[in-house]
Amino acid sequence: MKHIRTIINKEWAEVFKNRTVLYTTLLLPLVFAILPLIMLKSTAGSIPDMGDAATTGLPEGFVQSCEGLSGGDCLQVYLVSEFLFLFMMMPVIIPINIAAYSIVGEKTTRSLEPLLATPITTVELLAGKCLAAVLPAIGATYFSIGIFNLGLSLLKISPGVISYVNSPIWLLALLALGPLLSLISTLFALFISSRVTDPRVAEQISAVLIVPVMGVMLAQMAGVVTLNLTMMLIAIAAVAALAFAMLHLGNAIFERENILTRWK
Amino acid sequence: MIITRGISKVFKIGKKQKQEFTAVDGLDLQVNEGEVFGFLGPNGAGKTTTVRMLTCLIQPSAGQASVNGLVVGRDDTQIRRTVGLLTESPGMYERLSAEKNLSIYAKLYDVPDVDAAVNKYLVMLDLWERRFDPVGSFSKGMRQKLAVARALLHEPKVLFLDEPTTGLDPEAAKTVRDFLYELKNEGRTIFMTTHNLDEAERLCDRVGIFKQSLLAVDTPEALRQRLYGRKVVFHLAAVNPEWVGLVAGQPGVKAAEAVENKLVVSLNEPERENPAIVRALVQAGADIRFIGELRHSLEQVYLELLHSDAEGR
Repeated sequence: MKHIRTIINKEWAEVFKNRTVLYTTLLLPLVFAILPLIMLKSTAGSIPDMGDAATTGLPEGFVQSCEGLSGGDCLQVYLVSEFLFLFMMMPVIIPINIAAYSIVGEKTTRSLEPLLATPITTVELLAGKCLAAVLPAIGATYFSIGIFNLGLSLLKISPGVISYVNSPIWLLALLALGPLLSLISTLFALFISSRVTDPRVAEQISAVLIVPVMGVMLAQMAGVVTLNLTMMLIAIAAVAALAFAMLHLGNAIFERENILTRWK
Repeated sequence: MIITRGISKVFKIGKKQKQEFTAVDGLDLQVNEGEVFGFLGPNGAGKTTTVRMLTCLIQPSAGQASVNGLVVGRDDTQIRRTVGLLTESPGMYERLSAEKNLSIYAKLYDVPDVDAAVNKYLVMLDLWERRFDPVGSFSKGMRQKLAVARALLHEPKVLFLDEPTTGLDPEAAKTVRDFLYELKNEGRTIFMTTHNLDEAERLCDRVGIFKQSLLAVDTPEALRQRLYGRKVVFHLAAVNPEWVGLVAGQPGVKAAEAVENKLVVSLNEPERENPAIVRALVQAGADIRFIGELRHSLEQVYLELLHSDAEGR
């Protein structure tokens, strides 16, 4: 555990001295929290007059889940449900910034060899590098959602919308899906980082992971899928299975010797 | 302390990893406790690969090796715990301070008192004043000193130094070399690769000349004698050709030749045989101006061995 803690501290000390990474980690949560609030506030005034017409054009499956809500509230809940995908992008994007540089950065600065010459085990090294990327991502996501919730109260958004934000779907997303997505993103970025020779290539390839999250978001907007509790549980199960498989493979894939000797 | 028995390293190369490249071929070596061993060879000879195998960074393809009685390939984590490695490139975390760099490694090596160990080496290597500065602002020599400190934090019994003074200016190289003398005097076992043959001669108890396999291993003096024997040069006012035969006939003399105003004499043991030669020359009327031993440099020995190897192949 001591070695893992040392690697985490080392990664943070090094990574957050890079202002680009620091600003991305700090600003992204703010932007992702404030933009939805602006949208909610700007639409809140006009919707009440529209009555049930507000839900016109919304996916039928979603409208059914609006039982007990006014048309305006239902539209806002729909908007909020799209924002959830936005919030779920954070645990994917932030670790890429950190983890993609992680191994290839050590290679370019030639610090990998002395690091691997210490008694640290591969599992400890990977766990340290993984947690160093996952923890800030989860922290930033929670920070962002905290600001979002605070904003909802301050802006006096409808109680129906607030109760949706505190629903099991959101809680599951925050407590399970977000951390799992973050883990997958980190493992993927670490894997790419250990295979390429340029940090920029590592970031570009790792960024591919954003596509599936955006795909689900677009699918919901198009009415192909509806975000409900069942879908959330299925998503968590699928992502957990993938994370487990990647964790299992991670140690086997990380070959100290090849990473060291095939570096040019 | 370090024992290798026929260790080899074959790398798979090429796009499909189907070709093989033998970097190290059947290395047999023994480095004793407290010995400073110089591992000499041209670029690409396999020196760094050997160091990497012995520090458990890569595994040998064949053969066996042990360090501190621990077996490479079986006790890797324990070996890493007991050896120090100075890599060819310092490889420090440039955005972090010297102190932070060292404290990270002290923790990874499980040093009991991290602060004490870090401070000790920062002072010892004259980096104390710059301890809070980012390593990126350091000169090459300072980085190398920091890398030496990193290799010593956990007080390893065996030190592997991969080209410790390469690329340093003379002053920085001297600082590092002086520190290596101190380590030698502390009785640590040091395995070093270097291209600086003068440095190897001064620092190393024994040297091994290596190019994929070991061409020769011994003390520099023994290697010199093995290749060239011992030669004494008698500087005379003038050389009489008869004196060549006179000297050649003296006991213990293997050969003698006249070169300008000098007689170059090959001997088994100059300390024993010189007085009789001097007496014979003086009695024959020679004016001896100066006597000295002809010493071949380690560089000559090194080049001779490499050329012989190239011709042999």
